[in-house]
Amino acid sequence: MIIEHTRITAIQGDIITVPAKEIGYGELAAVKSRRGTSLAQVIRLRGDDVLLQVFAGSKGVATGDQVRFLGHPMQVAFGDALLGRIFNGSGDPIDGGSELVALPRIDIGGPSVNPIKRVIPRGFIETRVPMVDVFNPLVESQKLPIFAAAGEPYNELLARIGVRAEADVVILGGIGLKYDEYLKFRRTFEEAGVLSRTIMFVHTASDPVVERLLVPDMALAVAEHFGVQGKRVLVLLSDMTAFADAMKEIAISMDQVPSNLGYPGSLYSDLASRYEKAVDFDGAGSITILAVTTMPGDDVTHPVPDNTGYITEGQFYLKQGAIEPFGSLSRLKQLIIGSVTREDHGYIMNSMIRLFARSREVEQKLAMGFDKTADDDRYLEYAKLFYERFMDLRVDIGLNDALDLGWKTMAECFRPDEVGIKQEFIDQYWPKGH
Amino acid sequence: MDSVSGGRVVGVTGPLATVEVMEGQEVSQNEVGYVFCQGVPLKSEIIRVRGNLVDMQVFENTTGMQVGDRVDFSGELLAATLGPGLLGNIYDGLQNPLEKLDNLHGYFLQRGQYVSSLDKEKTWEFTPTITKGSRVRAGHYLGKVPEGIFDHQIMVPLSFLGTWEVVDIKTAGSYTVNEQIALLKNEEGREESITMVQEWPVKIPVRTYSERILPTTQLLTQMRLIDIFYPLAEGGTACIPGPFGAGKTVLQQIISRYAETDIVIIVACGERAGEVVETIREFPELEDPKTGRSLMERTIIICNTSSMPVAAREASIYTGVALGEYYRQMGLKVLILADSTSRWAQALRESSARMEEIPGEEAFPAYLESRIAAVYERAGLVRLYNDSTGSLTIIGTVSPAGGNFEEPVTQNTLKVVGAFYGLSRTRSDERKYPAIDPLISWSLYLDLMEDSLNERHEGWVDLVKEAQALFNKGSEIHQMMLVVGEEGISVEDLVIYLKSEIIDAVCLQQDAFDVVERATSEERQISDFLLLMRMVHHDFTFDTKEEARKEMTHMQNLFFQLKYCVFESEEYQKYRKEIEIILGEE
Ligand SMILES: Nc1ncnc2c1ncn2[C@@H]1O[C@H](COP(=O)(O)OP(=O)(O)OP(=O)(O)O)[C@@H](O)[C@H]1O
Ligand SMILES: [Mg+2]
Repeated sequence: MIIEHTRITAIQGDIITVPAKEIGYGELAAVKSRRGTSLAQVIRLRGDDVLLQVFAGSKGVATGDQVRFLGHPMQVAFGDALLGRIFNGSGDPIDGGSELVALPRIDIGGPSVNPIKRVIPRGFIETRVPMVDVFNPLVESQKLPIFAAAGEPYNELLARIGVRAEADVVILGGIGLKYDEYLKFRRTFEEAGVLSRTIMFVHTASDPVVERLLVPDMALAVAEHFGVQGKRVLVLLSDMTAFADAMKEIAISMDQVPSNLGYPGSLYSDLASRYEKAVDFDGAGSITILAVTTMPGDDVTHPVPDNTGYITEGQFYLKQGAIEPFGSLSRLKQLIIGSVTREDHGYIMNSMIRLFARSREVEQKLAMGFDKTADDDRYLEYAKLFYERFMDLRVDIGLNDALDLGWKTMAECFRPDEVGIKQEFIDQYWPKGH
Repeated sequence: MDSVSGGRVVGVTGPLATVEVMEGQEVSQNEVGYVFCQGVPLKSEIIRVRGNLVDMQVFENTTGMQVGDRVDFSGELLAATLGPGLLGNIYDGLQNPLEKLDNLHGYFLQRGQYVSSLDKEKTWEFTPTITKGSRVRAGHYLGKVPEGIFDHQIMVPLSFLGTWEVVDIKTAGSYTVNEQIALLKNEEGREESITMVQEWPVKIPVRTYSERILPTTQLLTQMRLIDIFYPLAEGGTACIPGPFGAGKTVLQQIISRYAETDIVIIVACGERAGEVVETIREFPELEDPKTGRSLMERTIIICNTSSMPVAAREASIYTGVALGEYYRQMGLKVLILADSTSRWAQALRESSARMEEIPGEEAFPAYLESRIAAVYERAGLVRLYNDSTGSLTIIGTVSPAGGNFEEPVTQNTLKVVGAFYGLSRTRSDERKYPAIDPLISWSLYLDLMEDSLNERHEGWVDLVKEAQALFNKGSEIHQMMLVVGEEGISVEDLVIYLKSEIIDAVCLQQDAFDVVERATSEERQISDFLLLMRMVHHDFTFDTKEEARKEMTHMQNLFFQLKYCVFESEEYQKYRKEIEIILGEE
């Protein structure tokens, strides 16, 4: 039964209050104002008052506007017909294609997977970005954010990985995405010929702020259903800081006491309930989540990156256009390195990073005006090669080639006894003639 | 479920339902009730009463709940089910066995399922240990059943008041947990049928023992930094705060495997599901070196991960502690590992905010301090009625916002624990694992257990303190070197610094992923540490700093190779000999 109401008794922020009975918590409503119809969700029941968060915002909503309760929570269409399609932040097609009325609709924000139905992930995802593959490899079902300051090429990196990863389905969730960035994503997917296995939910920067809240849930609900069907799904989310900021606005409109910089105390749980959708199903597919978390003020202790770091399985720091070797971490790497990947992988990874750390020390020492020793030149040369061959984001190379290049680079700068690698691997892999 | 009384929902916000009850109707704080949401009863707990209005935290997702929904109160407090068969289980925060739940679409947790915590079909070999006519009190043993390698004592329910007479006790035989095994009568003549199962309200400490005693015995974790530098006591408490990725979970995982204790209860509280999966999948395959049985047989996992309902997260720690107290009553050594107590504190914060209570620091409720203290105070070494002892040790991780220890959860935890293992970002960035920072960490048990620790070796505690002091001195010298360069310090100071580096590299740091390194037996700890201290005491004389560096690097490498060798193997002896030759005869 659909009930209509025409009396809004309070409007605060993007939250409206409507007196109504027999309304379920979390239920959806359509609010019809002079600006058009917007979806709204019940976020509190208080006696006979129902508080709704209006996704298109409360601007222009009048006290006499019509509110129609739909009797169910937010849903999204699901089916193979979604592949190749583009939707806006409330799930409507924006690619000029047909409406998806025939498809079944699924609830978003569903319950979590029973932990005993998960398996330990072991699938290596090759991205052909050596700073990822060699030093912090991505594992199927991992949840990993890219931490970056504004202006860093995080979306390019995200799109590149999306194109390279051999996922069955790629789902992009754009949250507060600049329109041009959206177009760039689309072009990248088109050029790489993967559009037909891609689904986009795009909320752009000019769309209403509250609508951002729906994007991760829609993207992840669709991902989950494909995952249960046995598909390996990659979800790309950009930018989760914009999502957290929308959460903050709602909390403030609800007069909630903020815990830190205005963010609600539930920020951790709110982010975790999304990221935890990453899963390797026992006997079915998987969901891998790669997200962007921009760091306001380039500060990793800001509540959004900080809470994110506590939830995700590592992070990539994007700094000055490159993935930082220090501070970046893939927490699942130990599950695949040397067992799924080549046996020398772990040694290359550790030694190259140690040597690079030493190179940085040399650079700092010289910058402070201390004298240069003969050894220092070799470390400087190594740093230069490391940057060109590994850190430069334009480098596009498979893992095994990158490992070989690692041996070559070390051999060009160092003696075998300087790199701290077990003799049997030196014997096997050290390039001849060095 | 038996409904004692009822009410109606008048408000819902997130997992908090406000319920109206009739004027004068009796309800109690922490009483369990069920809200009928779309016909499904959702378990809830009363967390505030104001006049006719009762606030309940709902342990499930509240989507679809309506004003007017019926609420039934149970008259019971939130309780844990206790009895044989708890070991080896994987429970959610409310003690539902995850393996027994029906999954939506085969994978997803469905709300409103409450499954018996214990297997009702399984029979247990019961042996009575008491005779008819005996007089007993709560906690007294009536008989026992074998559970894994333990004697699981069947006791007079811990909630029973006064003295009871054993009217009947079953003969030896197999019984299911719900069969009567004894009949008791109290002084008023009331008779109670006793089965192997009992319930205990999780938020109330179990006190059915003679006395609490000071912990004076070491709980061996086989992690050198803890066992040697900052030892932990059986019945003690410790916290592990640290920024994200510093290694809190890995540290607890190692402790859960190698700690010398009877029973381990892992409370995965608001953290990643993936981490629990590693434990769930690996423990059944791993062998407990002491018993040769699967590690899972001594383990209980309580799992309320970050995307599971937040109110049940609050309950999960209490559930874990109650199970721990129960096994302590049997004279066993129990270790609880909670990861992370900050998520539990955040759950408190979320419900406090929804109840619009006046917030304290960083919006945590004012009662945060007392709640934290109340949990850790339930740890302890106790003398039971039969004069044997049992212990409950609690180690909790803390996840401070921004990695800053000056926040309420860390600070309030530090006030109540006996040991502090602070992880630092600097050490984890340098890949110095475990990243426990020796400069900020402490353990009150080093002094408290002095007598028993000195049984390791004469003057042990003094040696440890000497090593600690040397480490601090070394780090001061290092700070100075950063300012004035190596040329600014004396050869003697350089040697002190290099010695402290050796202590760090070969004793404090321990490779969690190496088969030999990951666990160090007590015997080996003593032997290797004494050798290390001989090196510290050795009077090295070097003419130049280059020489000092060269020789000490060589020494460090010898110790380094030594620690990767199997204890007392041929290779071990070889490196040990080399070190001893440099140090000279003693
Ligand atoms: N003892 C160790 N030996 C080797 N590597 C370690 C060790 N401890 C931690 N690490 C590395 O650091 C990563 C993060 O560790 P861990 O998951 O324990 O961090 P945490 O402190 O629990 O973080 P969070 O607060 O986000 O849960 C691990 O995945 C592992 O790669
Ligand atoms: Mg952790």
